[in-house]
Amino acid sequence: MLESKAKRALTTVAGLALLGNAGGAAADYALNLRRGVTSISHEAYDLHMLILWICVAIGVVVFGAMFISIFSHRKSKGAQPAQFHESTTVEVIWTIVPFLILIGMAIPATKALVAMEDTSNSDLSIKVTGYQWKWGYEYLDSGVSFISSLATPKEQIFNEQDKGLNYLLEVDNPVVVPINKKVRLMITANDVIHAWWVPDLGMKKDAIPGFVNEMWFNIEKEGTYRGQCAELCGKDHGFMPIVVVAKNEADYQKWIADKKSEMGAASAGADREWAMAELMERGKKVYTSNCAACHQAGGAGIPGTFPALKGSAIATGPKDAHMKLVMHGKSGTAMAAFASQLNDIDLAAVITYERNAWGNDIGDLVQPSEIKAAR
Amino acid sequence: MSTAATHDAHHEEHAKGLLRWVFTTNHKDIGTLYLVFALTMFFVGGAMAMVIRAELFQPGLQFVDPQFFNSMTTMHALIMVFGAVMPAFVGLANWLIPMMIGAPDMALPRMNNWSFWILPFAALMLVGTLFMDGGAPAGGWTMYPPLVLQTGDAFPFLIFSVHLLGISSIMGAINIIVTIMNMRAPGMTMMKMPLFVWTWLITAYLLIAVMPVFAGAVTMLLTDRFFDTSFFNAAGGGDPVMFQHIFWFFGHPEVYIMILPAFGVISAIIPTFARKRLFGYSSMVYATASIAFLSFIVWAHHMFTVGLPLTGELFFMYATMLIAVPTGVKVFNWVSTMWKGSMTFETPMLFAIGFVMLFTIGGFSGLMMSITPIDFQYHDTYFIVAHFHYVLVSGSVFSIFAAVYYWLPKWTGNMYDEKLGKLHFWLSAIFVNVLFFPQHFLGLAGMPRRIPDYSTQFAGFNEISSLGGFAFGLTQLLFVYIVIKTVRGGSKATDQVWEGADGLEWTLPSPPPYHSFTTAPEVK
Repeated sequence: MLESKAKRALTTVAGLALLGNAGGAAADYALNLRRGVTSISHEAYDLHMLILWICVAIGVVVFGAMFISIFSHRKSKGAQPAQFHESTTVEVIWTIVPFLILIGMAIPATKALVAMEDTSNSDLSIKVTGYQWKWGYEYLDSGVSFISSLATPKEQIFNEQDKGLNYLLEVDNPVVVPINKKVRLMITANDVIHAWWVPDLGMKKDAIPGFVNEMWFNIEKEGTYRGQCAELCGKDHGFMPIVVVAKNEADYQKWIADKKSEMGAASAGADREWAMAELMERGKKVYTSNCAACHQAGGAGIPGTFPALKGSAIATGPKDAHMKLVMHGKSGTAMAAFASQLNDIDLAAVITYERNAWGNDIGDLVQPSEIKAAR
Repeated sequence: MSTAATHDAHHEEHAKGLLRWVFTTNHKDIGTLYLVFALTMFFVGGAMAMVIRAELFQPGLQFVDPQFFNSMTTMHALIMVFGAVMPAFVGLANWLIPMMIGAPDMALPRMNNWSFWILPFAALMLVGTLFMDGGAPAGGWTMYPPLVLQTGDAFPFLIFSVHLLGISSIMGAINIIVTIMNMRAPGMTMMKMPLFVWTWLITAYLLIAVMPVFAGAVTMLLTDRFFDTSFFNAAGGGDPVMFQHIFWFFGHPEVYIMILPAFGVISAIIPTFARKRLFGYSSMVYATASIAFLSFIVWAHHMFTVGLPLTGELFFMYATMLIAVPTGVKVFNWVSTMWKGSMTFETPMLFAIGFVMLFTIGGFSGLMMSITPIDFQYHDTYFIVAHFHYVLVSGSVFSIFAAVYYWLPKWTGNMYDEKLGKLHFWLSAIFVNVLFFPQHFLGLAGMPRRIPDYSTQFAGFNEISSLGGFAFGLTQLLFVYIVIKTVRGGSKATDQVWEGADGLEWTLPSPPPYHSFTTAPEVK
């Protein structure tokens, strides 16, 4: 009842806003918090509406009194100023009444908070790692792990192509979870602080390097739910979305099996000798999805912020130093330690690529076995 | 009350030309310097806001690259907080406190000069980082490590400019406390002080309490970066979240530093134009003190998502909710002051009423965010961007406009152009809402803050918000024009200026003599 009234009131406001902006094209004008698809998101929504309506009620009283005063107690209408300037009774009342209202809010809020923070008895645990600027997921029960990064093409971002339906909210590898299961996330970060947030799941938690935070959700219906990193984490903070796909148990199990065989295929051949052409081809792909955000597609970097690789001392110098930098990163900068993110073949390929692309032409190549030895 | 000396024999003792401003120890000159500096920085920070709103006008990257965008949000905040709002209030304090308490000048005039003249250099250093290798700081004004440690050459300059700004604030605060404590006219007991003096006294204590804490936090960042300490580095046994605790222990009182003097301004203006005494003077004083006390025990509500223990979350939720009580008392008192008054609506009153309404809206969203289980949804979204701009722009900045219109005739001896003043108010009030109200919707729909590009579902309200932003920015040029016009001339103001005005400053001539009260007035 209250909610439907709220919706009507908000729609009216939206209508007014739209009058001034008839040409707003593709945008939807959502006004309210999303109700979401988990028990905690429903609780948050209900609390939100409760507090919102209490605020509206207080606002009507306070602003109402103010407007009556502004309209009738004006000099131009011949109003004479009254002499009163204090009243202990009134002041005690308007100290105590708000206090009681606050207690009324605190009780349901406390209940909701206790429920939200209870991560015990989960059915499934996933470790989430924030990287600059992508997410890593590791399913602790089944060993599946992958990196999930933005799938929106650069051309859309730079307005050279029309923007797709899920512009900036699409990834190459979504997180898949079963419905009606309590999923616990163990959230941490590799470099700087990030925050994992999908609005429809009703919860947000910071990913902090060196610490593990926990949150949980239990999704009620199948579907795709989208969110973003919510804590400023550097240049591409706005470009590290989160996509959660909720499936039924059977589909989820099938996905786990597929993912496992995919992982096996990706690391197949780690023990054999690789040829230059193969490494360069694979290296270009790895470079584009992991390195190009900072060092740019042509290896020129961004002067002053991200060093160039084209002609750089590292990329054209001794192989060992180059491997060490890529695998272990450089502290105090945005250069991450890629040893924990990429497998031996990808590391070997990308280092080979950097040493031989854009006219670097060193000619040497790094084998996956060398990476394995250097780990 | 006795009348002050109307003729000032010492008028000619100060240096001429530019050097007058460099060497001045006069509270009015220094007040003017602070206000001019604040206005300048308001436009520098405002220009950065225009860049932000231009980039966000449509989805996609159009004008700036993401790193520069982050620099803009970071610098906009630092400049508006430390360069515009805080110095503007110190400027008002310099001009008004001696005149309100019946003193000839501030207690420590040479320190007063110094505390101002640090500011332009600190600001230059901060703005200069825009031209350094690696660009200006881009880790947010909150400077969270480890991200802030990735700043380029700008990093030590950021830290040192923060140190200088802090030193300036502390000296200003000491001066204000000493002046208020020692230089009140005979008969002016504490509970007879104007509320602007009260709120500034409490603000000054907040400044002295938290500025050193802030300086300590940024110094630890400096040693983490250059001297291999690990205060905030988990790999070395430190804790990045500890910085956030220390920062917000400073940061929450800091936001009240920017609003308490505004409460004082509004408490002076509403009674004047309602022609009725302020309702509940003593409860206003106690409410201000309560807010100041509570500001020290609510800091972690800025960090509900960092993984606090449940008991911690509960404590900070309850403590934060409590702030609604004294803040509510203030709003109720202002409305009761208007009630059954005899109101007129000159520009200062319009801005004051705008303040009460829009600050209250910001208070409501603040109350919503105090509820931890829903703050998980609001945190770091445009909902909070809307919230703090409601309390800072249509709160603090509106109160500064109100104060300037209210006291400018006293300062210059000339009335401002009432028609233009009203136009400035109405344009500001309309566009500030067009600018910030849609941001509530964006935040609730799921748009995070500090992003240079967004999903197309957010396009509509961002477009409206940007248009409001451009219009609000342009409107402020009108304010500059009005102020310059008033300083240059206009119809002469009377000493009383406003029919209903009450207080020692209105017993002085307009403009007041160089040394406000050479003979202390008697307060009955």
